[in-house]
Amino acid sequence: MNTYYNPEDLQKFSSVGKDAPELWKKFNEWYGAVFAEGALTEREKALIALAVAHAIQCPYCIDAYTQASLEKGANKEQMTEAVHVASAIRGGASLVHGVQMRNAAEKIGM
Amino acid sequence: MENTHEVLEKLKSFDIALKETNLYPLTSSGIKVFQINLGKLCNQGCRHCHVEAGPDKKEIMTKETMKMCLKALRKGGYPVVDITGGAPEMNPDYRWFVKECKGLDRTIKTRTNLTVLTENGYSDMPDFFKDNKVEIIASLPYYLESTTDTQRGSGIFKKSIEALKMLNNTGYGVEGTGLTLNLVYNPCGAYLPPSQKSLEMDFKRELKRRYGISFNSLFTITNMPIGRFFKFLRDSNNFVQYTEKLQSSYNPAAAVSVMCREIVSIGWDGSIYDCDFNQMLGIRCNHGAPDHLRSFEPDKLNKRRIVTGFHCYGCTAGAGSSCTGAVA
Repeated sequence: MNTYYNPEDLQKFSSVGKDAPELWKKFNEWYGAVFAEGALTEREKALIALAVAHAIQCPYCIDAYTQASLEKGANKEQMTEAVHVASAIRGGASLVHGVQMRNAAEKIGM
Repeated sequence: MENTHEVLEKLKSFDIALKETNLYPLTSSGIKVFQINLGKLCNQGCRHCHVEAGPDKKEIMTKETMKMCLKALRKGGYPVVDITGGAPEMNPDYRWFVKECKGLDRTIKTRTNLTVLTENGYSDMPDFFKDNKVEIIASLPYYLESTTDTQRGSGIFKKSIEALKMLNNTGYGVEGTGLTLNLVYNPCGAYLPPSQKSLEMDFKRELKRRYGISFNSLFTITNMPIGRFFKFLRDSNNFVQYTEKLQSSYNPAAAVSVMCREIVSIGWDGSIYDCDFNQMLGIRCNHGAPDHLRSFEPDKLNKRRIVTGFHCYGCTAGAGSSCTGAVA
């Protein structure tokens, strides 16, 4: 069956650096620094990444950060709450635009 | 289903990784720990078990073989005896053996699955451990029931908590008693363990808060692609990603401190191995070192070259893994 997404492609991520090696190098350096322990722990960052992965619905990121969250010591309860945080923000972002709907309706309504 | 042999042939051999990091060949740095596997009999059948231990297993160390162990222990002068299994307490001569080791004034460590302490005939084990100053290394994959029972079987978590409370009541894991209770974490799936230090903080906080339980240290141990865990990897199509992960996470600092350099592992039938994992793969000591207690020679074992294989990546991945947790 043809599909747009192939789980094996995640292992080939570095191939995008072939035709722009300098940019790939800079991306990697920055990416590594972002996920290193800092003011936030590696586990907190992995859970944030997991939440964002669900918000933007990137299947590669969901795969990668499910594994990373488990390897940083998160459990499924914590990971599920992180997914709910992403969902709540996405849902809330849609809902708050309802104020704009109301403003628009009021403007043209009697 | 993934063809596991083909997968392993495509990956870099462990000996090449050692050569690339100037650690080849891997040799003993002198034995400090005499580890003895008393057999495969166990009251549990955990899904990750590299021993494939269980209630129907017949491989049990005899008293005669135990006497050979004691003779080797005297000859080698090793300071630490590490008793494992299966459930070592279920060996009929376990108590006799522990007392004999105590008589030789060794540090005695015993592995326990905890639930065996709640079974008929074993409820006095905490006092026995205390009387013989045994250090306990107890398996508890996680502080949540769902995770523990998924790995070890339904009802295991509740019995494990009951056993930990028994041990705390005897003084184990309690500050100031000198009775050491360490816990072992194994990942409940095809991934590497988290930071031992951060997970230990979680375990201490949650076990105290939820159950009033205290302990000394947490050891995080990587699952080896051996035994039942190998079958899980193969049957769930995780073998490729897990073995690739182990290989790509090779850490030379972990290889320097790998446990086989300081231990020797004795099988239930008296065979000698470089470690418990080689034991379960049936790979005896080699390269001129004795491979059975009948021909035990401490000098040859102290300088031996270690027999390696792909599974060795399990002990050298990331922070490394040993019978006492992370090594790097």
